[in-house]
Amino acid sequence: MSEFSIDDLKRILRKAAGEDETTSLDGDILDLSFQDLGYDSLARMEAVSLTEREYGISLSEEEMDAITTPGEFMAFVNGRISAAA
Amino acid sequence: MTAVITGIGVCAPNGLGTEEFWKRTLDGTNAIGPIARFDASSYPVRLAGEISGFDPAAHLPGRLLPQTDRMTQFALTATDWAMEDAGAGAGTEGFDPFDRGVVTASSAGGFEFGQRELEALWSRGPEHVSVYQSFAWFYAVNTGQISIRRNMRGPTGVIVTEQAGGLDVLGQARRHVRRGTGMVVSGGMESPLSPWAVAAQIPSGRLSRRTDPDRAYQPFDERASGHVIGEGGAILIVEDADKARERGAAQVYGEIAGYCATFDPPQATGRGPRLEAAVSGALADAGIRADEVDVVFADAAGVPDLDRAEATALAAVFGPRGVPVTAPKTMTGRLSSGGAPLDVAAALLSIRDGIIPPTVNVTREAFRHELDLVREPRQGAVSTALIVARGYGGFNAALVVRSVA
Repeated sequence: MSEFSIDDLKRILRKAAGEDETTSLDGDILDLSFQDLGYDSLARMEAVSLTEREYGISLSEEEMDAITTPGEFMAFVNGRISAAA
Repeated sequence: MTAVITGIGVCAPNGLGTEEFWKRTLDGTNAIGPIARFDASSYPVRLAGEISGFDPAAHLPGRLLPQTDRMTQFALTATDWAMEDAGAGAGTEGFDPFDRGVVTASSAGGFEFGQRELEALWSRGPEHVSVYQSFAWFYAVNTGQISIRRNMRGPTGVIVTEQAGGLDVLGQARRHVRRGTGMVVSGGMESPLSPWAVAAQIPSGRLSRRTDPDRAYQPFDERASGHVIGEGGAILIVEDADKARERGAAQVYGEIAGYCATFDPPQATGRGPRLEAAVSGALADAGIRADEVDVVFADAAGVPDLDRAEATALAAVFGPRGVPVTAPKTMTGRLSSGGAPLDVAAALLSIRDGIIPPTVNVTREAFRHELDLVREPRQGAVSTALIVARGYGGFNAALVVRSVA
């Protein structure tokens, strides 16, 4: 299974919930909060759902609730992918 | 307190934006045509009033597109236009959010969005259903999305009474203004033209099965065969007259002078419809006599029995041929909850410009003794207009708008 990169996450965020003119995904967003990037809880849920389908993994709501930044999201998904490999 | 309308936003089959809609309405341009949104060749109903050339990405932030049905995209865009028209700007600050409310009408909800997610559910499984299905289909979603986008946190609500809802919301907006809310965004938008949405409307038995766009929706005509459905509507900005003046509103189109709603008893009772009571109730509420009304925008069901009931009710209140009656919706089809707000917009523009828009496609009038049907644009001062709407299921509503001196 391939690694889950920041570009994968950006692609999924755009597909899940679009992109705002005011909060671009360009640049270094690893440590910004999803909230500051303009992605509310529903947008994160949709992004999680897309990630689960695409990478064949399962992420619980409790686990995702603890994740607040793209960097944490990537690390968590990559951990799950390597555990499943 | 006086509730006035200060802004109009239109998304209609015959025009995006108020002036385009109004020009084509006065021209008598028929926007009804073959359904293009999907292959309807296997359907018994082939025609609709569709909006073409609407690009949501040109009007709305990308973030809103994955979470909105087409009807919500119309509603948000028309709200922007109406607010701009009212001189209330695009901003979300500089006013008390709790002094502004939102009340919209709905009938179908986000049918197309819901259909897409049901397809995903049954063809690919529950994990493929969008999280936004939780609200994007919902009747109240236009109210909610407008409230969020415009930072309006005062009284909000949705009214679901089919076609009549488009007037009921203006009655409700007036109530909120009378209770002290400064501004209420109101009106209705629909887009019930997905395969499922069209299928859901056919069992009413009121849809015309004709395929000639000029002969399918002919209300008050001897050959009336039902109506054509359509998408779109209008958003109207309702304000307290004093606060609108203080704010420096760009214009006042007119006052919501009278409103009344009634409900038909079950047919088995034999008590008859209550449309006439709604019309006379609205006049009484406005404190005016029937001869003070300059034009009636009819419900125009296009179903012979319903046309007869409306012609009879109007003749009873206004006298035979006692008032000009028009139905510009003959150019767009019936827009569910979006239809009556569009009629109110047309009525306000009639007042502004001193001209009554025509009813098209009617050639053999069935009620020429009862109705003075306006079939060509008619010039002349208009200061008071009555709008009539009936919703499937027994809802009647009538609204009086009047010019403000």
